[in-house]
Amino acid sequence: MTETTRAGAGSNQAEPEIIQAEPETTRADTEITRAEVCAVACADVWRGVGEVLAHTAGVVPSIGARLARLTTSPDLVLTDGEAYFMSDPPPLGRTAADGGVVEGWVPYRKVFDIVASGRRQSMMGASQIDRYGNQNISLIGDWRRPTRQLIGVRGAPGNTANHRTDYWVARHTPKVFVEKVDVVCGVGNDRARGAGGKGLRFHDLGVVITNLAVLDYGEDGRLRVRSLHPGVTADEVHANTGFEIDTSGATETRLPDETELRLIREVVDPRGLREREVSRSTGS
Amino acid sequence: MGDKSMSLEDVAGTVESGMTIGIGGWGSRRKPMALVRELLRGDARDLTVVSFGGPDVGLLCAAGRVRKLVYGFVSLDSIALDPHFRAVRERGGVETAEYDEGMFVTGLRAAASRLSFLPTRAGLGSDVLTMNPDLVTIASPYADEEYVAMKALRLDVALVHVNRADAAGNAQYLGPDPYFDDLFAMAADRCYVSTERIVEPGGLLAGGPAQSLLISRLFVNGVVEAPRGAHFTSCDPDYGRDEAFQAHYASAARDADSWELFRKTFLDGDEQAYHEAVAEFHANRDGRQGEGR
Repeated sequence: MTETTRAGAGSNQAEPEIIQAEPETTRADTEITRAEVCAVACADVWRGVGEVLAHTAGVVPSIGARLARLTTSPDLVLTDGEAYFMSDPPPLGRTAADGGVVEGWVPYRKVFDIVASGRRQSMMGASQIDRYGNQNISLIGDWRRPTRQLIGVRGAPGNTANHRTDYWVARHTPKVFVEKVDVVCGVGNDRARGAGGKGLRFHDLGVVITNLAVLDYGEDGRLRVRSLHPGVTADEVHANTGFEIDTSGATETRLPDETELRLIREVVDPRGLREREVSRSTGS
Repeated sequence: MGDKSMSLEDVAGTVESGMTIGIGGWGSRRKPMALVRELLRGDARDLTVVSFGGPDVGLLCAAGRVRKLVYGFVSLDSIALDPHFRAVRERGGVETAEYDEGMFVTGLRAAASRLSFLPTRAGLGSDVLTMNPDLVTIASPYADEEYVAMKALRLDVALVHVNRADAAGNAQYLGPDPYFDDLFAMAADRCYVSTERIVEPGGLLAGGPAQSLLISRLFVNGVVEAPRGAHFTSCDPDYGRDEAFQAHYASAARDADSWELFRKTFLDGDEQAYHEAVAEFHANRDGRQGEGR
């Protein structure tokens, strides 16, 4: 391989930086971390879904999908985030160019066909989300002239129109959980059930997992707290949510079992990337 | 078979102000950057640019050539947003049509099939319909359902970059993903292909399987040999993305003075001067890194 080819193999140029930033103490500390609780909560999203393509955005959701594949959902289909299905995935955050076993070819054109087929389930991020699960990743402000341009609607409208969609929010704050999102990218339950929803028969919002809690949707389509992560109080969630949210039925989010903990620490994420995503966000 | 080989200048000369231009590739991957740089050297403006955008969109916006952007996203992949795109959006400097990525593909498919629209579920209930008030939904004639009637994204000209082509216009990709370059070609009245290398007729299969022959000469009006013509985006397996240079581009884009310097250094000369300046950039950088060790 030439030097120039190596430099461009996959889109992983941030990799050296991540390695440098890795806390050396991660492995020595056997106490279960918040990131590990979140990873297992994410894994539960894929429990028993069968032969479905797992789409994830973010480190913790990716760990969750890989963990599910190794435990409760052995038929789950994983990708390298680029053009391949992987029967054995490459190291976290890397592509097929860096290892793993390819089992299928899925260029971007096929992804949209799979979305339309429904054989896919997605866990996306959210820059803003409202009480009905309307999600925004496009921009902040007026779409004609945004105060802050974000990444655009990307695939969120199509995902929510075609298959189950869950969200991962690494930093649960009132700026994310808002009364009204600036642009509806991922479609919420109110819109799906309203006049605009004739055709949204495959709309299926699952859960929202944050660094504080697992949220799901009640019969009325509104977000509520299903479980609080160990050590988190209902007051904390209320204080960090920009709309009223029902916490009355909240249980405690389960802890990883020994097998899951070993798989997360030794197999799926030995470099401890999960701590970077969550600790950065849970800090003051 | 006719010889459709052309120069970069020939191609840019066919692009007129006010046209709708489709640009192939995806984000910061296999973009026809040499052709885009040639557009910057020409005087076509008020363009409508249709793209899964990367630095192609950024450069054209920075040069003030774009009236309207039609996009699924504008990303540099390893950098989430092209900074020129962000800037032009935040000053309201360009008209936009932002679509869900799948809708965008549906629009290209409609155009490639000479249809005025194709139905899709993507977009229903979302603000893509609010941000594109000309989009309507349509009742299924067969079921009690509504779909978005995604408008055809018809193009005057498509520009794409591939690994190999012959002079007749048969174009081959050798990387992992064809992106949507064949659809761009078919959705356009005219398509121009730049390529790393023009090979002899029959020579394409020496480099890859028949399945890698992405675009037929049926849909190609001109071929330009442009080695490293996708730089600084990736053109696997010939070369990867030039991440160091992309980072330099993105950082220069953040203020007017540094952008002015970037433009003078890299964009004001011809294509050969561009590649020489890039080589010098890397030589200086390697020198600095050597001193630091």
